[in-house]
Amino acid sequence: MADKTRTVLVVDDDPDFLAQMSMMLSSKGFRVLEASSRPEGEKLLEQERPDLAVLDLMMENEDDGFVLSFHLRQKYPDVPVILVTAVTRETGLQFNPVEDRHDWIRADAILPKPIRFEQLEKEIDRLVHD
Amino acid sequence: MTDAPQRLKLLVVDDESGMRAAIARSLRDFTVSLESVGGEVTLDIIQAASGEEAILKLESEKPDMMLLDHKLPGISGLDVLAWLSDNRPEVLTVMITAYASLETAISATKKGAFDFLAKPFTPAELKASVRKALSHLMALKKARQLEEEKKRVRFQFISVLAHELKAPLGAIEGYLYILQDRSAVQDPAAYDRVVERCMVRLSGMRKLIMDILDLTRIESGQRKRELVQVDLRELAGASIDTMASDASRRGITMSLEAPGGQCVLEADRGEMEIILNNLVSNAVKYNRDGGMVTVRLERQDGAVRISVSDTGIGMTAEEVAKLFGEFVRIRNEKTKNILGSGLGLSIVQKLANAYGGTVTVESRPDEGSTFTVTLPVRPAAAGSGE
Repeated sequence: MADKTRTVLVVDDDPDFLAQMSMMLSSKGFRVLEASSRPEGEKLLEQERPDLAVLDLMMENEDDGFVLSFHLRQKYPDVPVILVTAVTRETGLQFNPVEDRHDWIRADAILPKPIRFEQLEKEIDRLVHD
Repeated sequence: MTDAPQRLKLLVVDDESGMRAAIARSLRDFTVSLESVGGEVTLDIIQAASGEEAILKLESEKPDMMLLDHKLPGISGLDVLAWLSDNRPEVLTVMITAYASLETAISATKKGAFDFLAKPFTPAELKASVRKALSHLMALKKARQLEEEKKRVRFQFISVLAHELKAPLGAIEGYLYILQDRSAVQDPAAYDRVVERCMVRLSGMRKLIMDILDLTRIESGQRKRELVQVDLRELAGASIDTMASDASRRGITMSLEAPGGQCVLEADRGEMEIILNNLVSNAVKYNRDGGMVTVRLERQDGAVRISVSDTGIGMTAEEVAKLFGEFVRIRNEKTKNILGSGLGLSIVQKLANAYGGTVTVESRPDEGSTFTVTLPVRPAAAGSGE
């Protein structure tokens, strides 16, 4: 990954998560586009095609992550998508299990929050090629 | 209440068809008005001529209540009772026993029958017995319903609480991963920012835990309320001091107005602090930079009025309507960077109600909000217990 700077779009309504992803990814030489809502994310996607997208599953509106992922797939079918989520089954909260929607979304990876650096790196190495 | 009467199923078990018919006739149009359920109960009657048939109908028809003759041709009434206690213990049974057979009556109640009725009985005696049984049955049902509702609310509360505690933990854990890796925080400013954010999230988590403790204490009535003469002017001044550094960092001016001088009421000091601290800290948190917070204390007609006004982001009418629920936080573009437990106003409202007082809100988006708590100078006797 030497010759060209890659761009990652990170969309999450949690400012701490955005800050963390930004720190991790920029230390790996990525250019990070941050958005804190689906509309902001969509706007950035109008302007450019990222090399990777990291999207929070549930933002202000429960489905925002799914919807954004869907739109991104429509516009740029080749851009890999990593969905992240803090909601796991153990909380007992009502939500649509990731497995149900996995096929529809065709996310390339789903990672639980908080994200470990090496985990993210592994997925990036797997998903982003030259 | 003018609800339609509740229909319960009564299974009559007797080998004499004449007896079954007589019971059915007496109870067909029998309506019991029960104050405990705030309504009327009527019975749908089903019949069985033997213990075996009774067990089949207990399974298929799921009656609520049973009138059970002791002397039956095959298995006895006591056998049916034994089956019932293993399989459908919620069915309430009144045992019909032969006249003067006290022994049977005693063993029946030992085996779980609610009551017994000695043969021969008059329709009036039958009705009195059924009325007694129904009222017991409905009280049990109501208690069970309340218990389930309580469990559900509790589960929901704990689920949301777990989620709210996980959020800051996750954020802090994420920052620790970054520190652990070192390569991402070579810049000292980035390092400082990581530490600062961890502190902020930790203090938010501590606030949440403190709020939970306040809330459970108020709800359980565990903590004794110590009613003393409290000068709100003094407490409001202290709340303002507590928030002073946060306010000055954002150029927010705070002022206290008490046109009547002292503002004294009979209350628990700690609880008045909780009310004022929550309102004043909200007024700072949801303010704009360079804004104003005004705390105004007034006494009139046996009540005190605490108004806390800000010049902040304000709320729409829809947002105001949701505001006092537990864990409700108004989430929008303007509030996304503001941390809170979502319990503060729920606590304020519970406390105000406990004193027989009220909380009201006036708000306009982008102009600000005024929260007004009105409390009686002396708490109402009814409200001070819990």
